[in-house]
Amino acid sequence: MMDLLQRLGVTSLSMLERLGRGSVFFLNILLSIPSVLVRPRLLFAQMYSVGVLSFSLIVISGLFVGMVLALQGFYTLSDFGAEGMLGVMVAASLVRELGPVVAALLFAGRAGSALTAEIGLMKATEQLSGMEMMAVDPVARIIAPRFLAGLLSMPLLATLFSAIGVLGGYFIGVGLLGIDEGGYWSQMQAKIDFSEDILNGLIKSVVFGLVVTWIAVFEGYDAIPTSEGVSRATTQTVVHSAFAVLLLDFILTALMFGDN
Amino acid sequence: MTDNTPLIKIRNVHFSRGSKLIFDGVDMDIQRGKVTVIMGPSGTGKTTLLKLIGGQLRPSVGSIEMDGKAIHKLKHNELYQLRKKMGMLFQSGALLTDISVFENVAFPLREHTQLSESMIRHLVLMKLHAVGLRGARDLMPAELSGGMARRVALARAIALDPMMIMYDEPFTGQDPISMGVLVRLIRMLNDALGLSSIVVSHDVKEACAIADYVYLVSGGKVIEHGTPAQLAASDSQWSQQFMQGLADGPVPFHYAAAKTYADDLMGVDV
Amino acid sequence: MYISRSIEILVGLFVAVGFVALFFLSMQVSNLSSINGDSGYNIKGHFSNIGSLKVRAPVSMAGVNIGRVTAIEFDTQSFEAIVTMTIESQYNGLPSDSSASILTAGLLGEQYVGLEAGGEDESLKEGSKLELTQSALVLEQIIGQFLFSSGSKEEN
Repeated sequence: MMDLLQRLGVTSLSMLERLGRGSVFFLNILLSIPSVLVRPRLLFAQMYSVGVLSFSLIVISGLFVGMVLALQGFYTLSDFGAEGMLGVMVAASLVRELGPVVAALLFAGRAGSALTAEIGLMKATEQLSGMEMMAVDPVARIIAPRFLAGLLSMPLLATLFSAIGVLGGYFIGVGLLGIDEGGYWSQMQAKIDFSEDILNGLIKSVVFGLVVTWIAVFEGYDAIPTSEGVSRATTQTVVHSAFAVLLLDFILTALMFGDN
Repeated sequence: MTDNTPLIKIRNVHFSRGSKLIFDGVDMDIQRGKVTVIMGPSGTGKTTLLKLIGGQLRPSVGSIEMDGKAIHKLKHNELYQLRKKMGMLFQSGALLTDISVFENVAFPLREHTQLSESMIRHLVLMKLHAVGLRGARDLMPAELSGGMARRVALARAIALDPMMIMYDEPFTGQDPISMGVLVRLIRMLNDALGLSSIVVSHDVKEACAIADYVYLVSGGKVIEHGTPAQLAASDSQWSQQFMQGLADGPVPFHYAAAKTYADDLMGVDV
Repeated sequence: MYISRSIEILVGLFVAVGFVALFFLSMQVSNLSSINGDSGYNIKGHFSNIGSLKVRAPVSMAGVNIGRVTAIEFDTQSFEAIVTMTIESQYNGLPSDSSASILTAGLLGEQYVGLEAGGEDESLKEGSKLELTQSALVLEQIIGQFLFSSGSKEEN
């Protein structure tokens, strides 16, 4: 019993310690961001590996999520004779929830884990240390461009996910299930509000991008510099990101849409 | 080089990692223009010492001064300024794996200078030529052998013309030929560029071949120091054991066990 | 550091496609295309009961959307609801004696404001008040009235 309590105490202390280290690290990244803006080429290279390489995954997933939403929604809505609302249903679920959340989860799996592994391996092979000894701050040179790239890519990917999903819903709803094309779009336009839905979804994706990329670069930077440590850190990136995204999504949803 | 004050002064340095005490009052002087070798058994924190000098770690007690500046008290920016005057050669080479040999050597130049592309090209080829790897400039680090990677890292370490280079176990895991090449390079660079060198090693023969001065470190303390000849002539048992590679001596062959061998075999609980 | 040009082009393409997606969501999926700035004019109507009318509900005339409900307040003097509607400026010739009623779209649909044109020559302007209003039909009240009236018939 004492043993269990003791272990609990040790675990929570080390979690707090990590949180503290992570926060200081986050501040250091923020302070280094100006140095990245001076050298946009560093950012481009990272936008490529973080954003462009996630592109096809996001597009394909978005398409299928939109198509599934349309299929499932159609059978439920047709019971009430409200098939005309299919467009609204697909668009609202995508723009408000699925776009930002699913894109963030995919992003964590695709780009986040890659970031952690890359940075962790650079640490394990003393590349970060070597850089420090060459008087190059690895936070400014390696971490900050990756962080910024993730922060910028995530909203773009989430928006893309939603847009492709709406099109996927259109293919299924209008193309396959024979819903009126005008109805699909006009109902959507009547119900989806720009600031209420689209902008809030965008804000969500920015927050998720920030948190997922932060977790990813921190796990890599803080990884134990062995192959086992790096693989553990990579797993933790995906797990922690998923928790963080879902928890934050709940909080943000309650704040944004709670008053309706 | 008439300056006779030591380049680096280490005074009473204590350092511990977690609950494990690594240094327990270390004093050292690193002389200008000389090759100083720090030797000791594995696990005595020789690499840690280099990290303390490089400012990547801070001592819990004591001071480390380079050129009169206390490294452990410098601010972030000042430390980075000072590091431009230091080169460090890591055991693994620590080359950036995603860029070519040429770009690796060019890296510190691009980061710290505003030189033109042709100027950088000249400098990089010059440094690569000095380590004999001008022909390997388009290879990626993964295509290099361990010895070549260390030589490229050496070219990179001298790219900014530092005052001092630190070598972390430069001879470990090298075949005799590349070991010979590295020994020659360290000596040559030290003398030709007017550098000061610190070599951390446990390869007694190679280290003594290039050393001007040797520190023997064990158990968190400097056990003995002097020129290689002085150490070889020393009558301290410890130095004799280490320099001649004897299996048993002050550093026991047997790791301390709680029970006697006989008790262990009999399964007697103490 | 040298970065090949194709990477920069791909990144540019990625950002461009992202913005196209955002544009698509704004114009085709949301109502941004139908919000023409603040070019509409506001009219008010007093209702004794608005049912479940919500801000942003459509305002329509003859089945065509001509505006939106922009505010719903409660008048503490008359104990009535004041509904502010913004009518798009292109529909600026509505007769000033038009009447407003709160209707329901379908059986389960949401409530909206339906305007019925009057016969006056004068038009509704910014700040005009609609004189003739009809409250929302509340299902429970209708059923109550029906039961009451059928009950009193049987007694006669």
